[in-house]
Amino acid sequence: MKSLALSIVLAVLAGATVVTPDAAFAAPPAAQKAPLPGNSVYQLDVQLTDQAGRTSAWRDRRGKPQLVSMFYTSCQYICPLIIDSGKAVQKQLSDAERARLGITLISMDPARDTPQALAKVATQRKLDPAQWTLASPAAEDVRSVAGVLNIRYRALADGEFNHTSALVLLDGEGRILARTEKMGSKPDPEFVEAVRKALR
Amino acid sequence: MIRVIAAAVLVASPFVGALAGEGSYLPIPSGRFASALNYEDAPGKQPVAAYSMMRTPVTNAEYLAFVKANPKWQRGRAPTVMAEKRYLSHWVGPLELGDTAKPDQPVVQVSWFAADAYCAAQGARLPTWTEWEYAAAADETRRDARSDRIWRERILRWYSRPSNTALPRAGLQPANVYRVQDLHGLVWEWTEDFSSMLMDADNRNQGDADNARFCGAGALSMNDRDNYAVLMRVAMLSSLSAEATTANLGFRCVKDTP
Repeated sequence: MKSLALSIVLAVLAGATVVTPDAAFAAPPAAQKAPLPGNSVYQLDVQLTDQAGRTSAWRDRRGKPQLVSMFYTSCQYICPLIIDSGKAVQKQLSDAERARLGITLISMDPARDTPQALAKVATQRKLDPAQWTLASPAAEDVRSVAGVLNIRYRALADGEFNHTSALVLLDGEGRILARTEKMGSKPDPEFVEAVRKALR
Repeated sequence: MIRVIAAAVLVASPFVGALAGEGSYLPIPSGRFASALNYEDAPGKQPVAAYSMMRTPVTNAEYLAFVKANPKWQRGRAPTVMAEKRYLSHWVGPLELGDTAKPDQPVVQVSWFAADAYCAAQGARLPTWTEWEYAAAADETRRDARSDRIWRERILRWYSRPSNTALPRAGLQPANVYRVQDLHGLVWEWTEDFSSMLMDADNRNQGDADNARFCGAGALSMNDRDNYAVLMRVAMLSSLSAEATTANLGFRCVKDTP
């Protein structure tokens, strides 16, 4: 209960940070770290709330290569394929490699993708929380996240979204190394090779 | 007549727009509007809520004031992930316009992120495509002049002009029925939802066996295939990424009507 209260406080604080106009991109989080490269997606100062209800800066994922995609949980058609695609890449890796790769799926539907909704998908799809993060940004940050990942989307009248589906590979500093739009359980070999290279 | 004089005064003093603040936003009343874009999930006329829109695109002088107040958006400081290398490259220095960027010309070479940040700093936002198209459908006397062939041809003439000549000043063209200027005939303009236009690579990849790359339906088609001016805008916006800048792409902001 205490931790729930704490995460609510954090979420409120995070919300307050996001609406500050000056927070478009703030100073690097830790003083001991070198400045982020200019082409890092972590230049975008956004907070993500994950399937466990924890809110933290996107750039806190710095340090470990990541597969990133955008999705939404109520999606019937392609989004399950995005998860399949992430799993398919993982399957091609050794245990040691798999442990070094994070997978972050960012929701384009934060109004409905609460931690509970995200957790439900994570459980249903048996996504190991050590690797998989499902998270929602603040509603006003969705277009910016999509912008740095070059993902296009539109909310449809019936609550679904029309969107490009892509897996984007980031290095530890948040620089885009590779991208694939081939979705499904058969992984894109070139993309898998790029992932392996990033994990070396 | 009063309007003509007011317009003349505004044209004569480029800084009036910047200083006027609230005054440079003009009210656009609500209405129902059939976009030239046809989305199968939202066919026909759609409601448009009232908003207010900047009279002209943001000028170099106005944008210079913004980067002075927000150093992180100065050329050379803004991260390339949010503003590519050409960002403000036509200015002589990060805080100096020079001869190639006159104060009263519309600012160009600005990314979507930069435009978005400018509007946010004004307590405003970028218009949605629908809001832009709705205001841009008007001519001097009518709220929707789009079916008028002569009006269309007048707009199209701009697109046939070579783009390597210097940009005119903002605010020289006749005001439309809302007193808004330069929606056509000066620069392309960012919209908040430019990346909702899913017609570029997506529709071109019809030979791709895996064309099921979208969730849901809602494919984009054109209601009004003769409206070339709008078609070109859509094609251009749908080809851009958010950090991109071009020599003919600027923006203006809107505010919600309280």
